[in-house]
Amino acid sequence: MKLPCALALWFAVLAPVPLLEAQHAPAEAPSPPSGVQALDVPNDSGHAIEIRWKDSPHPGVLSYEVFRSRLPGETDPGAPETPWMSLGTVGPGEESWTFSSAERGIRYSFKVVATTADSSADSKIVTGESRAQWFDREKFWILVIGGTICLFVILFIQLATRGRKLFVRKIAGLEAVDEAVGRATEMGRPVVFVPGIMDMDNVQTLAGLTLLGYVSRTIAEYDARLDVPVSRSLVMTTGREVVKQAYLEAGRPESYNEDMVHYLTDEQFGYVAGVNGMLLRDEPATCLYMGAFFAESLLLAETGNRIGAIQIAGTAMPSQLPFFVAACDYTLMGEELFAASAYLSGDPKQLGSLKGQDVGKLIVMGAILLGSVAATLALWTGSGSLQSVVDFLKLEMFV
Amino acid sequence: MNEQNRRFLVVGAVGLVVVFALVWSALGQMEGFWVSGSALGAWFAAFLTLSILSFLYDDNPFYRFAESLFIGVSAGYWMVQGIWQQLVPNMLGRLAPDFVNEHLAQVPLEVEGIDKSMALVQLVLGCLLLWRLAPKGTWIARWPLAVIVGWAAGTNLTRYLVSDFTKQVSPALIPLVEPSQTAFLGIDWIGTLTALVTVFGLLAALIYFFFSVEHKGFLGQVSRGGIWILMITFGAAFGYTVMGRIALLVGRMEFLFVDWLQLIGP
Repeated sequence: MKLPCALALWFAVLAPVPLLEAQHAPAEAPSPPSGVQALDVPNDSGHAIEIRWKDSPHPGVLSYEVFRSRLPGETDPGAPETPWMSLGTVGPGEESWTFSSAERGIRYSFKVVATTADSSADSKIVTGESRAQWFDREKFWILVIGGTICLFVILFIQLATRGRKLFVRKIAGLEAVDEAVGRATEMGRPVVFVPGIMDMDNVQTLAGLTLLGYVSRTIAEYDARLDVPVSRSLVMTTGREVVKQAYLEAGRPESYNEDMVHYLTDEQFGYVAGVNGMLLRDEPATCLYMGAFFAESLLLAETGNRIGAIQIAGTAMPSQLPFFVAACDYTLMGEELFAASAYLSGDPKQLGSLKGQDVGKLIVMGAILLGSVAATLALWTGSGSLQSVVDFLKLEMFV
Repeated sequence: MNEQNRRFLVVGAVGLVVVFALVWSALGQMEGFWVSGSALGAWFAAFLTLSILSFLYDDNPFYRFAESLFIGVSAGYWMVQGIWQQLVPNMLGRLAPDFVNEHLAQVPLEVEGIDKSMALVQLVLGCLLLWRLAPKGTWIARWPLAVIVGWAAGTNLTRYLVSDFTKQVSPALIPLVEPSQTAFLGIDWIGTLTALVTVFGLLAALIYFFFSVEHKGFLGQVSRGGIWILMITFGAAFGYTVMGRIALLVGRMEFLFVDWLQLIGP
């Protein structure tokens, strides 16, 4: 009986011990991420370093955490090395991280820590530095296309300034501007000009203010009243300069009043509430909306419609054009807004610019025709050379 | 209807809703509402909502009050936002990061690494812009404006050339005739029609925006086709956006009937 008892005791008490030991032994630490490199991101202004590594073969890796430390650099050689700072964490399978707020001329140390449920392993420390490049090579074809358009713009400007008459087709909405201002003068009511709700860094605002120059000159000549509510302080400042200049050119500086261009608020719907209230109270004869608009487009145009004003709108916001088309008498769509000031003023520089842009459109139309025909033939004939033409257009030229 | 009658009508309508709400709450229907801490705020918000909606009838004192309050409060709010979100972190944060971190606000990490010299240029331009307030030499304020306008036009040139020009071309470089294994003549007719409308619709719309030639004859017909394409697109966009606006109106109605009056359960 002793032997079975001893065996039973061994199985019951002693045998599980190695098993338990095995279960409670610390898990095998993951192998540290290998092949770690810190590379300058190419074609940028020198604010990014890409840290690359190879995924750890350890199956239990849950994440990789990237750390950086700043080393003394060219700009501050005496600066001490800073402690490690976490840049972020990525999941298993990921093999890179871009440190996008690097300072130019500063060397950084990087390490990648692979973490499992209960252990971690540091990679070897690597150093890297971000450098600025003068040229973004990925945009070579943008340079070619933009350069070609600019060359044609310059060419047409030269032709126009030498007296060559440049033809521009009739734009109905712009023909109506003088008529609308004349109507306001006859009715003794003001003209309201809304230059959109974006700031001076938006080209539509710039186009709107250029048009404001023409409109305010006409208003000054007719001696009508002008009201320009704006939603950005810089637009107000620029708008005042534009209107003042227009009144000077019209020979009526005494009629200019700074309050013609006035600020309401930056808040989109607060601005709408203000302009709408103003429209109802002042009942202007003419409302011009020229610039970048968002959800306020229909709110403004509907109110203008309700008071019976002649309304001319112009915007390049595709989502708002339908509302202006529905509620206004005339709408300048997209490029027509940018063409407006050239069309109205007849200024050779602006007309030349407009003609140059038409060359850009010709390039695009040619590329679309060539590309789609080449794509069709490549699909049906299996021609590799035609497919390479399509790939070149899609992946190199128009990216 | 004369001005006075209109005013009475609007005042009466808003007053009627408020009286109804008061009676409704007195009857205990809004009991839960009163014990919440935001009761006063909700009443004020409901009053402002009704005041703004009264614009649908005509201009009136309620609308004017809500309008002035909205403009005043939002202008002040944006000024404070401008100081604490732009001026302090982006300007002072670059010039004196230690001072800002210690006394004003946490300087964002992305600002710390940026050259101070650019912040100095911005500071000088900002001061020149404010020169407009000086009694003499207001023309100086035109210089920073010229820089802003020139910078905006220059930096946006490449951005718009890419986003609005070259990037729009690639999706149009598609086969005009799509093959199909099973369809008649081995052509996917629906796919082909889609491709043809996409490519030739785009070309027609581009011709509409071509200003250098008179839109007469064949070109005039193509241009007219382009405007049809644009109008159909606008119609679809109009319907889609109006649905979104209705959702906004439903949101305000929910606030009035669910949160405020509690006539409808949440």
